[in-house]
Amino acid sequence: MPAVYLDHNATTPLDPRVREAMLPWLGERHGNPSSLHRFGQAARNAVEEAREQVASLLSVRPPELVFTASGTEANNQVIEGVAQRCGGRGHLVISAIEHPSVREAAARAERLGLAVTRVAPGPDGVVPASEVIAALRTDTLLVCLMLANNELGTLQPVAEVAWECRARGVPLLCDAVQAVGKVPVQARELGVEYLVLGAHKFSGPLGAAALWVRGGAALEPLLVGGSQERRRRAGTENVPALVGLGEAAALAEAELAERGLQLAALRDRFEAGLAEIPDAIVHCRMAPRLPNTSHVAFAGAEGEALLIRLDLAGFAVSTGSACSSGTVEPSKTLLAIGLAPAEALCSLRVSFGIANRPHEIDAFLAALGRELGELRRLVPAAAPAAVAALAAIEAPPK
Amino acid sequence: MSAGRLTAVAMSGGLDSSVTAWLLAQSGIPVIGLSMLLWDRSQEAVNGRCCGALDLSDARRVAQQAGIPHYTLRLDREFQAQVVDPFVADYLDGRTPSPCVRCNTWIKFDLLHERARRLGAERIATGHYARIVDGPGGPELHAARDAGKDQSYYLFELTREQLAASLFPLGELTKSEVRELARQAGLVVAEKGESMEVCFVAHGVREFVETQVAAAPGRFPGAVTGAPATLVDRAGGELGAGQPYYRYTVGQRRGLGLPARQPLYVLAIEPRQNRVVVGGEEELFARGLIGERLHWIGPPPGWPADLPLPALPAGRDPADPASPELVATVKIRSRHPGVAACIRPRARRRPDAGARGAALETVEVEFAEPQRGVTPGQAAVFYQGSRVLGGCWIQGRLG
Repeated sequence: MPAVYLDHNATTPLDPRVREAMLPWLGERHGNPSSLHRFGQAARNAVEEAREQVASLLSVRPPELVFTASGTEANNQVIEGVAQRCGGRGHLVISAIEHPSVREAAARAERLGLAVTRVAPGPDGVVPASEVIAALRTDTLLVCLMLANNELGTLQPVAEVAWECRARGVPLLCDAVQAVGKVPVQARELGVEYLVLGAHKFSGPLGAAALWVRGGAALEPLLVGGSQERRRRAGTENVPALVGLGEAAALAEAELAERGLQLAALRDRFEAGLAEIPDAIVHCRMAPRLPNTSHVAFAGAEGEALLIRLDLAGFAVSTGSACSSGTVEPSKTLLAIGLAPAEALCSLRVSFGIANRPHEIDAFLAALGRELGELRRLVPAAAPAAVAALAAIEAPPK
Repeated sequence: MSAGRLTAVAMSGGLDSSVTAWLLAQSGIPVIGLSMLLWDRSQEAVNGRCCGALDLSDARRVAQQAGIPHYTLRLDREFQAQVVDPFVADYLDGRTPSPCVRCNTWIKFDLLHERARRLGAERIATGHYARIVDGPGGPELHAARDAGKDQSYYLFELTREQLAASLFPLGELTKSEVRELARQAGLVVAEKGESMEVCFVAHGVREFVETQVAAAPGRFPGAVTGAPATLVDRAGGELGAGQPYYRYTVGQRRGLGLPARQPLYVLAIEPRQNRVVVGGEEELFARGLIGERLHWIGPPPGWPADLPLPALPAGRDPADPASPELVATVKIRSRHPGVAACIRPRARRRPDAGARGAALETVEVEFAEPQRGVTPGQAAVFYQGSRVLGGCWIQGRLG
């Protein structure tokens, strides 16, 4: 097993305090929150307490929160609702670097007849607010702009875009899954209509997420068949996971400033150490970023091979967003900021967590220098691996 | 983990490669599992075949059971270029391809070896039923102990250097022993069936060829698909119209749809004329074959160890009938029992021949007994006893 975990944008380890809060609901306590008896009443109370904790973190009112099983589900629910409501006519604006749960839901809406404008980021990994605003049309039904990009960590100008959208009466969906728990997020002040967060990105459990819906904004259920979540999300509540989400939110609220400083110190230590490693370039370094994410290009070293070598050496990192097939393709986000496919394949994402310690960063830098040197020695320096492989298949003896 | 001794196991998610991984993990050496995503058509649901996505998830589970790390490498573009396109081009040229040989040579060994080396693995292990034996001149490729499962035919294009860096742990085992090992280990694939021979063709060759050409006509210049072939006899007399020529295989009997007193077989395919020549069974027999792209695994027997690889053994003069020739057992398809044959050169290697040095060399192979079904596009593999000397690709019939 890898000893050092540096892939917190994929998922974070469960905070032991969150685990403690969940354990009763995995043990002696149980109940369906919809049941009328005291078991049900206790479970209902636990879920509503969690709702209050999450609402407090976002500075919103508890009834405006809908619990879902994942951020993906919440993003889908908002976009699918718009697509169903409009009868196949209308327009969506999304950024080109949205999470696949937004990108592919928008693509599905496009197949239903909606027009979709995809706004590209600048080379700094930030989608210009002016270009999102310029893409608005009179028939625009929804704008989707994430708060922090999952791969680059760059923060997007959501408040600026939301201001203009509000003025024009266009709702904005903000996928804040990577941002919540790492930077302050005040959903109402941000000016958006919908905001999505997921517990497992900030030391909470898998299987619990929340969708905040501003009062008065429309929301159709994706799942029907029960009156849970005020008829906006049917299905028995995942009580232990929601209790964990609530506890994680409470801890994040209490420790947010401290965590931000701690994560930034780890990241800065890593990026300072990178100066010792030849041909390592941090993407989007000058842009506003999450405190915990470094996306680094290593010229001439295929990210996939470097990731595997580092894993075997005991360090878990990522080449980009985790992919269900477990394979590597050039990241759409990196292509969108203008990298060539071969460059995009030579990058690693390192994302730190609150449990990481400075000595782990130092050990990682040493391993990185060693494995990178070995890989560059094995693969001819002039040709990045992907390019070499392509050249080799262009002239096969038949 | 000492990187120098790391062994990579090629894991398809099938029974054989799973047991290979488990055996190596049990032996205590450092092992990683590697799977290749070769043919990503998840929507076609070709479960149970060697490249399906579900098989990759079986490979991951077996790696967990064996306690080894596992990674999936995306090699689908290389697979398309090295295996699928030549497969389609062979059918369009009137040949019957043998894609598993190409896949082994170009993907599982050349490409995967190279990828494994980058990860720090010096050796690669596969679940092939074949053996690597230390010979006086270096490693030799031999048929598996289980003759019914032997896969050495598919490996004839390997080089001695590749054999030196390869392990075939199943070569001494029978299929039933392998399954028993999987059951004892409780591997999730223990009851899994055999993979199909051509793993990427889901719905028949004709549809596959036509779909591939339609998707990328530029890759197959001059390809004409869909036109019914004219079926003719040996003398050129027209017998009727059939399916497109690439639907046929030399030796095929069924599906000709011709009324005849005796059973008719496909004797030859003439793609340019869009003709398929048919005739009686006796006409299927050939006294030999012409082979191209000759390959030797190390020097053939009798060749001095200190000389570079020969064009043919003893550098003999093809015009001199008295000069010796190489005698070997030749298999002209994977399930062929083998026939004694003499192998003689026709054209010499060009001095600028590439890494697989003998790529341009052609030979004639004369059988001791006439053989039926000499099929252009199949491999002819040369054996002495259990040892694989090398082989060539069948260009056509001799004489």
